[in-house]
Amino acid sequence: MEFFEAFVNMSGGSFAQHMVNGISLGSLYAMIAIGYTMVYGILLMINFAHGDIVMMACYFTFFGISVFHIPWYLTFILVIITTALLGVVIERAAYRPLRDAPKNSVLISAIGASFLLENLANYLFSGRPLRFPNIEVLSQNLSLGSVQIQAISLFIPVVTIVCLMILLHIVNNTKIGMSMRAVSKDYEIARVMGINIDNVISITFAIGSALAAIGAIMWGIRYPGITPMLGVMPGLKCFIAAVIGGVGNIKGAVLGGFILGLGEIIIVAFFPQLSGYRDAFAFIVLIVILFYKPTGLLGEKTTEKV
Amino acid sequence: MTILRTDGIMMRFGGVVAVSNLQIKIEEHEIVALIGPNGAGKTTAFNMITGIYTPTEGNVLYTDEHGREVKITGKKPSDIAKLGIARTFQNIRLFKELSVYENVMIAKHLHLKADFFSAALHLPHYKAEQVKAEVEVEKLLKSVNLWELREEKAFSLPYGQQRHLEIVRALATNPRLLLLDEPAAGMNPKETEELTAFIRKIREQYQLTIFMIEHHMELVMDISDRIYVLDFGETIASGTPQAIQDNERVISAYLGVEEDA
Amino acid sequence: MAKKRNLILTVILLAGLFGLAWYINFETDSYLRRIVNLCMVYAIIGLSMNLTNGFTGQFSLGQAGFMAIGAYAVGIFTVPVSLRPSVFYAAPMHPAIADIHMPLWLALIVGGLCAALVAFLIGAPVLRLRGDYLAVATLGFSEIIRIVITNAQTITNGALGIKDIPPLNDVRYIFAFTAAVFIFITALINTSYGRAFKAIREDEIAAEAMGIDLFKHKSLAFMLSAFFAGIGGGLYAALLGTVDPKNFLFTLTYNFLLIIVLGGMGSITGSMIGSILVTAGLEFLRIFDEPLELFGVAIPLFRPGFRMVIFSVLLMALVLFWRRGIMGTREFTWDKTIAFCKNPFGIFGRKGVDKA
Repeated sequence: MEFFEAFVNMSGGSFAQHMVNGISLGSLYAMIAIGYTMVYGILLMINFAHGDIVMMACYFTFFGISVFHIPWYLTFILVIITTALLGVVIERAAYRPLRDAPKNSVLISAIGASFLLENLANYLFSGRPLRFPNIEVLSQNLSLGSVQIQAISLFIPVVTIVCLMILLHIVNNTKIGMSMRAVSKDYEIARVMGINIDNVISITFAIGSALAAIGAIMWGIRYPGITPMLGVMPGLKCFIAAVIGGVGNIKGAVLGGFILGLGEIIIVAFFPQLSGYRDAFAFIVLIVILFYKPTGLLGEKTTEKV
Repeated sequence: MTILRTDGIMMRFGGVVAVSNLQIKIEEHEIVALIGPNGAGKTTAFNMITGIYTPTEGNVLYTDEHGREVKITGKKPSDIAKLGIARTFQNIRLFKELSVYENVMIAKHLHLKADFFSAALHLPHYKAEQVKAEVEVEKLLKSVNLWELREEKAFSLPYGQQRHLEIVRALATNPRLLLLDEPAAGMNPKETEELTAFIRKIREQYQLTIFMIEHHMELVMDISDRIYVLDFGETIASGTPQAIQDNERVISAYLGVEEDA
Repeated sequence: MAKKRNLILTVILLAGLFGLAWYINFETDSYLRRIVNLCMVYAIIGLSMNLTNGFTGQFSLGQAGFMAIGAYAVGIFTVPVSLRPSVFYAAPMHPAIADIHMPLWLALIVGGLCAALVAFLIGAPVLRLRGDYLAVATLGFSEIIRIVITNAQTITNGALGIKDIPPLNDVRYIFAFTAAVFIFITALINTSYGRAFKAIREDEIAAEAMGIDLFKHKSLAFMLSAFFAGIGGGLYAALLGTVDPKNFLFTLTYNFLLIIVLGGMGSITGSMIGSILVTAGLEFLRIFDEPLELFGVAIPLFRPGFRMVIFSVLLMALVLFWRRGIMGTREFTWDKTIAFCKNPFGIFGRKGVDKA
């Protein structure tokens, strides 16, 4: 009933506004979810630190623009490069030594890496929230008829689509993309076939982290408070997005991101009394989808070899 | 009396049909072998019988100790084990980090009636059950000369002993039907001979029916009452060892490639 | 014979420790008492986490959520009725529970049971998930529990938290609970059920083929783990004298993860050792959070937050270089200790035989 009332009372304009918000949040989730899905596809592990890579990228941007006064477009490029390097370094330090270790050890190491980044950020940048630099061009409000929309909200889906297309091109049509697919299909055979596994994994982390950096910049413009724990919730939700889409599947990650983003905005817009439970939504979707389709919406059916 | 019967079970993985229209009928107290080249779908058939896979089509029917025929398709592997079907695995799945003794004691858990609380408090009825289980496990381990090694971790045993341990672990569940997946794999002729004797012995001792997958032809021909031959998921022949040895299709499909093996 | 001797030795050890607890309770300062109490509470929760993660091999990260349930049970039911209006000043307590008051021990058990009930409900969907999905789902549920607590204003006082919980600092009381949990879990692990848990950890498919109902046993381990985490959380609340949703962030779970990894996943005595080292270690690391001056020169690294950086580096270093922890899956046993005392170099000669 309340849903119906909220829906009826909503003008066409605010409905459009909610949709734009939902799509832009979904796009952000999608960008970050891709990093999870790529790493999971290849190493069969959750990169717990991925959300914290997003957080670090926000701090990098802050330092670039607000502290060192580098022009924002240059900062963006530097941030993307630095974050990609950070991802590669984390893989080298925390995951590579455990390549043949039991899965739980890798998981613990990933949790350790995540916790280390959070604590390091807290120690280096203090726990007090910092304000993400204001970039006038992107954060200004545009009026479309009666609707007020932040420029970035329109910008986010476009960037996501462009990145997704570039990524799909790399994965499907380049040599490195072919190696990535080979490694995710069968790690051992790929190794035997002479693929340099270490390189493929490093590049995967670099690409995933670069996308995380782009996502982080857009996240920061949209939600400008930066704290050391900033990456935790988006990180968990984006992993969930990757899982419900079908882990290892890039399009699935995008689909999952949109489901979660739109779903959350719908809850906040139509069921305001439930908005406190907004963060719970992703976990409930996860349980429901895995219950009916354990490999996710677009995942391939696999059977364990006995 | 028939103990196990499949009415044309089929297993499909994506586009691949691993087993199609499998019709098997096993009488009580028989030793039946399932043979066929690698990839013929033998282990898949075992997995369907023991509930690890649910057949895409068809049913598995099992006659329990009261003579009732029950459909076991779709049941959980643990429930199927409780009904009296035990198995071993092609690539040995012992509880590697646990002791030999624990490995076999674990198989006694399925008949435990005491709940966890009375177990943790070591109440008398739990203790009585455990003492009984301990006696049986001791007997089983002694029968394969593993009693002295009971404190060793399972993975530290030599290969042949791991195979024997896996069989007694399955026996500890008090099965009526025992499924052995390549019990003689990797064994030399002398060990294979011992194994043959052992399988015969346990059949008599525990009134077992045995269904096994095996590649060692001497063992199969020596021990089996009847044989089923699978190739590319299809049953190409069935009958007594003599009939199988003379079967043209079997010779061309299976025995013909033996020199490659 | 040896069994009887071991039992006697264990009883003597426990009695000795109880005497020590008595001594600490009356003869030492409040700072040491607090640390000792915290060690014991952490040991309870470490043990509870080891039951699922170490023994059953199910990687769950929900401990903070189950602790929160236990802690809130203590918060809600032990605050004296007369003080409640001042605690719940923003919105009065729900009339259904406003007049219910319990002694601490009862509130602890109620909290444990509530946590176990939640574990039962969560377990149905979650325990079917693969290893690392389980980690994310349980972590998520621990956060959901926190979100629900924050939003249930009239029951939990929401974000304001509950103050004026009658403080508990009797070392003997907490010792009694810790010993009881330790004895129960040790006893359980050495039963058929404990072996079934370990079988699931070693090989799920083989365990199932041997007739072990995976879901039933995973669920049992999960519920017991939640029960003890609830009790631990309740004691934690009584120790602090106040509860607040922020106390139970999922990062709290990492403390117990460190405890079981350090002590050895799948070792009860390892968890006990781990909890002492981690709690004491975290206290010791506090010096890194204080600005330090040596000979009038400020050492630059020492400032708030450095402690947790070291903590997380330790966690990582542990998995990277010393994966099995102190005990691995072994246990401290009297047999081995006596053998060691008789021949201190003998352990190098032959492989250790594990039998608790």
